[in-house]
This record gives sequence, C-alpha cells and structure tokens, in this order.
Amino acid sequence: MTVTHDNIETKLREAFGDSILEVLHFRDELTFIISKEFLIGIVEFLRDEPEFAYTFLTDLTATDWPDREQRHEVVYLLYSFDSHTYVRLKVRLKEGEKISSLCGIWDIANWFEREVYDLFGVEFEGHPDLTRILTPDGFEGHPLRKDFPLTYEVPQFTYNIDDPPEVID
Amino acid sequence: MGLEEKIPDGILLTSVDKMVNWARKSSLWPLGFGLACCAIEMMSTFGPRFDLARFGMEVMRASPRQADLMIVSGRVSNKMAPVLKRLYDQMPSPKWVIAMGACASSGGVFNNYAILQGVDKILPVDVYVPGCPPRPEQLIDGIVKLQEKIKTESVKKPA
Amino acid sequence: METRTMTINMGPQHPATHGVLRIQLELDGETVVKADPIIGYLHTGIEKTAESKHYYKAIPLTDRMDYLAPMSNNLGFCLAVEKLLGIEIPAKAQWARVCLTELTRLNSHLVWIGTHALDIGAMSMLLYAFREREKILGIYELVSGQRMMSTYFRLGGLAEDLPVDFEEKMRDILEDFPSKFNEYEDLLTNNPIWRNRTIGVAKISPEDAISCGFTGPLLRACGMKHDLRKANPYSSYEKFDFDIPTNDGCDVYARYLVRLEEMRQSLRIIRQTLDGMPEGLYRAHAPGIVLPPKEKVLTEMESLIFHFKIITEGIHPPVGEVYQGIEGPKGELGFYIVSDGGPYPYRMRVRPPCFVHTVALKKLCQGGLVADVIAAIGSIDIVLGEVDR
Repeated sequence: MTVTHDNIETKLREAFGDSILEVLHFRDELTFIISKEFLIGIVEFLRDEPEFAYTFLTDLTATDWPDREQRHEVVYLLYSFDSHTYVRLKVRLKEGEKISSLCGIWDIANWFEREVYDLFGVEFEGHPDLTRILTPDGFEGHPLRKDFPLTYEVPQFTYNIDDPPEVID
Repeated sequence: MGLEEKIPDGILLTSVDKMVNWARKSSLWPLGFGLACCAIEMMSTFGPRFDLARFGMEVMRASPRQADLMIVSGRVSNKMAPVLKRLYDQMPSPKWVIAMGACASSGGVFNNYAILQGVDKILPVDVYVPGCPPRPEQLIDGIVKLQEKIKTESVKKPA
Repeated sequence: METRTMTINMGPQHPATHGVLRIQLELDGETVVKADPIIGYLHTGIEKTAESKHYYKAIPLTDRMDYLAPMSNNLGFCLAVEKLLGIEIPAKAQWARVCLTELTRLNSHLVWIGTHALDIGAMSMLLYAFREREKILGIYELVSGQRMMSTYFRLGGLAEDLPVDFEEKMRDILEDFPSKFNEYEDLLTNNPIWRNRTIGVAKISPEDAISCGFTGPLLRACGMKHDLRKANPYSSYEKFDFDIPTNDGCDVYARYLVRLEEMRQSLRIIRQTLDGMPEGLYRAHAPGIVLPPKEKVLTEMESLIFHFKIITEGIHPPVGEVYQGIEGPKGELGFYIVSDGGPYPYRMRVRPPCFVHTVALKKLCQGGLVADVIAAIGSIDIVLGEVDR
C-alpha cells in the first residue's frame, strides 16, 4: 500500500486517538501536533510499522511563539527511505515544561537537543549531557527567543566637518 | 663622500634600521590561522596562481611561537575571542596583524550578539583589507602595504 | 604499575582541523580512548539575523554558511521560499540552476580532496585542486561578479541572464577536467601510502550511520543508495540521466572513491544541461512577489512600481511552514521556514549536514590512532561555517 497522508493519519488516529491534537496539510507536507506524553510512543510506532518505516530523524528544532501560552513548539522531522516521504511532528510546551529526550532512539538527537536547549531554553528529560553547545560558556539568556534582542551595534559615524582627518600622501 | 671609491667592490653602506627592516619585511612568516570564508581566499593566495611565496612568505607556521604575522581571516565570534588574544600573546615580538575581510575589520555583514564587531577591539591591527572575501590581489596589496609600513619602523622603538 | 590516560586538546587553532574545530582527546599511548568534539567557535547567529531581514536580503546570509559551496545554500533557500510562495520557476532558470549547482559540487569536492590529501601527507594535491578551482571561480565571476559569495540565485529564478560566453567557458571546463580527475586517481587510488592510511580507518556500520543521521556521500559509502536528487527530485533533476555511486567499504577510502566518482557524474550532468538548455525567461513572472527584470524596471511604469513596493515593503507569503531538503555536496542540506504572513521570515532553520556528521566523530575516532583522527576529520568534509552557523 502506498503511503499517503490519509493512510498515516488514519493509522495514527486508530492507534493513538486523542493524543493527535491537530493535523495540518500545507504544500504537500503533513504535520501532526501531538501531546508530549505520547511522543516516544508515536515515534516508535512510525519507525516500527513496516509500511511506514520512518527510521531517519532528519531534524529536531524549535520555534518560539511568545504570545501563546504554550510558547515553545518543538518540531521533529522524520524521513522514510522506502516511501521517500517526510512527516513532521510538533509538540507544544509551556515555559519551563520538560519533554522526554530521543537520545535512546537516535544518536543524533543528542546534539540537536543540546542546540535547542542552548538557543531556546527547552529542557529534555533523560539527556546525558544537557549543556551549551554553540554560545560561549557562561552566556546568559537563550538567543533565539523572540524577547532576546539582536544586540545590534549602531555604527559610530563621525562627521569631521570641524576637524577633518590629516591626509597622508 | 668619496668613501665609496676607497672601499673594495661588494660592500654596501646602509643604516641598521634599513637592514633590519629589509630582513623583516622580506621574510614574514604568517601563522596558519584561518577562521571562515576569507581563509579559503587566503589559501588561494598561497596557491599556485597568486603565489605568495614570492613575497617571502614561504612557510605558514602552525605554532604561534614561530610566526610573526597573524592574518585574521574570517569572522571572530565571542567564543573565539579569548583564544585569539591568547595566540597573539604567544607570538614573540616583532609581530604584525592584518585584519582580512569585512568581518575582521568591523563585524562585516553580521551585526549581532555572536560576532565581535572588529578584531581591533582586542588586538592592535596594522593593515585592514576590506572585501567579502577580498580577492587574492587585494590581500597581496595589503601585504605589500604592510611591507611599506615595516620599512618605516625603527629598532630604537620596538614594535 | 598503574597507567593513566592523557587528555590532550586539539585546539581551535590547528593546521589540520579545517577551521575552528576543537577536539578533546583522551589517549592511552597513541590510541584514542575517547574523542569529544567541541564546537561553537564560529557561531554567527545567522538564524537570528535572518529573522530581521526581508526574504530577498536573507539570501546573502546563506552564502556564508557553507562557504565552499555557496550556490548550493542559495538554491536551498530559494527553493524553500518558492515552495512557500507557490510559484513556478521557468525551465531555463531551473536548468541553469542545475548547471551551476553541479559546478558548485565540483568546487566543494576539489577543496575537499586538496585539504584531505594535504592532511594525510600528499601535499601536491592541494596545488592541483586549487589550480582546477581557479577555473570554476572564473565562471562564478563571469556570471555574478564575485569569486566566492556569488548570490546568483534569486526568488523566482536567476539574478541576471546567463552571459553570452557562458557556454564556451563551461565547455572548456568539460574538456579539461576529466583528464585532471584521471590524474588524481593515478596519484592516490592505488598509492600504497594512501591505501594504508585510509583503508579500514574510521569505520562505521550502516545501522550506526542511520542512527547518527548520515546523509550524502557518507551514507553512500556505507552501501545505501540514497540521493535526494533521485528520491525527492527538485529543480528539474528528474530530467537528467546520472548514476549514484556507492561503495560498501564504510571507511575513509570508500568515501574517497564515492566522492571522486560523484565529481565525474557532476560533469555528466553539466554536459546534459549545456546540450539542452531551453530558451525563455530567466525569472518567473509573478507580479508583486518576484522582482521584475532590470530592463523592464527602467522602461515600464508597472514594473517600477512593483519593484519599489517589493524592495521597501517586502513580500507577504501565506502563513505556514515548509521544509525543503537538497542534496548538497556535504549531505542533506535542509531549510525549514516558518512564515507568519509578514515580510520577515518568522523562523529560518538550516538543517546542517556537517553538524550532524561531527557528532559521529566520537564513534569514528574511538579505538583508532591519533593520525586516524586527522583522516576521519578529512573524510567527513567538515566546514565549520555550517556546523556553527
């Protein structure tokens, strides 16, 4: 059976019911918004079902929506080598809420989650070494949050009308 | 003054400053320090077409203790800045610094929390070479200008 | 007598780390017990900067990530935003993009082979690779004016039409390069020193490769025949005929062979694009979204108004999010763009292949010698601009 958006949606709703909060279709891409308790269950289901076989974690990142109550949105992108399709899972978290880590399933989740912690401040339970990875040690704040300023340095122009610089030949 | 007629052939008279400066400028050894995109243009400048070895930079030394020119090529992030300063301190005098590219001169395209806005905030720079990245000919021009600058130095006032 | 392991820092400034990579090695004699890569020394905040720039102005930022393959990054970003906007790209622009992206793949692989061989000891390869690369940089300069950061692709197509002597100069390259690649193969493939230093070094099993997120030549060197140009074709790659080289070795030598063969396949694709380059527009006609061509802006009133509005106010894509992955020279380069309807991207995320492969250094270096660490770093083809963004 070929993998289509409807197949995946039906099977997931059969297996997980209420934990699938929303399904989005945009430009041929399929996104599921799920609740955080069933993250590992859904991921393992998508990986182990022989017709889906989403065995590859392409990306793990987050987006910050400060106006919402659940400001963090952690995004997982899975890929299947058999059907050549992507599936996106999103989990919404409040500030300070933790989510379980995928380090036990994929090795690469280790550094992806460290980067999300560094840039957004989302903590992952069960991560062996959750420390800063890109910003310097001792950096305060989480740069990619919307309330962290860009820290733009205004160029200092001096208009030397009264004191022109010396011309050296 | 008539002295040149009395001395045999093969002897030049000059000042200590000129001798020392000539020796220093003709054999600048750069530190192998490439950070980002400008490093690739620096490698091209050392490559076969824009050969930099003909200006005396025959070898690129990996250890700062054996180098006397640091070409800061690329963007300097806030995490890298203390490392840069430490490397500069490890170089023995006389030493010179060329800030290659827009990011090393003034922060370049990136004006944000992560990039040091100009390497001259932590090091004394002798020549700034603008460009993103500067062409190899521009870098060679910068090095020649540095050589002109070295000619004007004096052993009485150390660099 | 008790022996302890020694912790050595292979610091950010090192002649063989291809940039500012720092590895903390724990050694037992000459054998590596643990290797811990530490990154972040080139963190530039590109993702945050892109959130404050219009979609057109964010294109030059993407050049500077993987600075050895700048046009690949441009292509990824432009394809992602074009997918978000839902516009069709004309055939000529697509074929020209394929031609230049394959040239970019050659560019990246030439620097890879030059620096990788230099680290292992074959110093002359660097000079040969850079000599070839000068011709490619000549083409970049011909089309866009800049040797490295060309920013030649725009939303909707190309920045300008291809110049008249483009085909002639490209055919020079097509005639010249195959013999040079044969030269590289003569120098390295059957060289006993090269074989001793690369066969059996930094091996990883295919299951570990998938768990570590390998894509691109690294995955193909483990035997998996997966290439995004064939699996999820983009920008009219389905019209071209090329092979995907694989190798079962899973070690540094296998990766070398895969990349060398990829260079030859790139030449094959370039030849097909030049033979069949279609005529037509070089930029899509989508008023209000795509900048009109410069000739029209200077002569027609409508184009002038659209140009003015797009530059000052920016474009307003629909609300939503897209992901576009392309087969870059290092692996799967992906752009994930979230739009909230405004002129700035709400979130621009880059899926960096080099970042993903650097994690695997822990597994690749374990149990090997210190010299094998250098070979492993070279085989991953690491570019720190992409790792740290």
